Amino acid sequence: MHGFANPARFLRLARPATPWVLGLGLLIAGAALGWGLWFAPADSLQGDTVRIVYLHVPTAWLGMMGWGAIATASFAEIVWRHPLATIAARAVAVPGAVFTAVCLATGSLWGRPAWGAWWVWDGRLTSMLVLLFLYFGYMALAAASEEQGQGQGRVAAIFGLVGAVNIPVIHYSVIWWNSLHQPPSITMGSSAMAAEFLVPLLASTLGFTLIFAGVVLMRMRTILASAQAEARLRRKAEGAA
Amino acid sequence: MIKSDMLKPKHQRLVLLGVAVVALLGAALLAVWALRHQASYFYVPSDIVSHPPESDRAVRLGGMVVKGSMHNAPDGVTVRFLVSDGKAQVPVRFAGIRPALFVEGSGVVAEGHLVAGTFVADNLLAKHDEKYVPREMKDMGAARKAVAQTQ
Repeated sequence: MHGFANPARFLRLARPATPWVLGLGLLIAGAALGWGLWFAPADSLQGDTVRIVYLHVPTAWLGMMGWGAIATASFAEIVWRHPLATIAARAVAVPGAVFTAVCLATGSLWGRPAWGAWWVWDGRLTSMLVLLFLYFGYMALAAASEEQGQGQGRVAAIFGLVGAVNIPVIHYSVIWWNSLHQPPSITMGSSAMAAEFLVPLLASTLGFTLIFAGVVLMRMRTILASAQAEARLRRKAEGAA
Repeated sequence: MIKSDMLKPKHQRLVLLGVAVVALLGAALLAVWALRHQASYFYVPSDIVSHPPESDRAVRLGGMVVKGSMHNAPDGVTVRFLVSDGKAQVPVRFAGIRPALFVEGSGVVAEGHLVAGTFVADNLLAKHDEKYVPREMKDMGAARKAVAQTQ
């Protein structure tokens, strides 16, 4: 595992992997969305509004997984001081925030016809909104520590770990508390969702997960490249002085 | 030898951070446990029956619409129905536009006041459950059963 934490070795693997991961993700997600929008059946109660699930559930899952990745990387950053862990956490923040925002937007669009309200302050919706704000906070902290010349900003890593307590709260909000949002349809080993919906949903989740991974790889390479360019400029400036 | 190995800063950080994460999770769980009533979005009928709110207090009532209990008033906008949580039932009156998913046997959240034992709703929200059933299957009448079998 420590071998992959070497930036040079990481780049050797990430450079050829990026287009494959991203391309495969776009292909699978596109096919799954097309399937969900045109070929999957309408729901007996929700009608055609059910089709938003093929975007809503994958983005919700990735918004939460994104913070899980930030927390894991933050842990590795604090304990083992791996520079690549810092870079990975930074790279996840923006796609994580975007996916969380898409989840909130699609949920709101579905809520109006299904529930009769664009937004309600129940446990699930509120904790998901908190997650979006946590992403904003993380990005601000990471940018601030970078500005101060501390690329290894510990504050952002601690924030990443503390913010992780929101993830189980999001998941269990519909179980612990009465909420308007429905409980999970897919749990360990069982599904309250007919296969006609479940199969395209799983395909779309796989596709969006690959897209997410591809974007994170791209962002990690960008951060590494800009750090290298900066180091080179600094050496040049020192050489000239 | 073992002792100096234990004191390596890397291991020290690992142990400290592990303890910190466990403490943090414990604190969060306690907070969530303390909030279990306040953080609920609605009261269920047995809450309303055992602790009736004052008539000037706006509350939300959530539960299942009892099958066969829905009656439309002759004025065309008012509907009366019973909301149940399996233990208690509360009669509800509502005048206005109903959400599309509001049907008998399905979940509902009503916002309003309790007036003399009847819940007068200002707004209705339909609560969708976790079951997703294709329209064609429902027409065959076997949908719920088929879903129940996969569980």
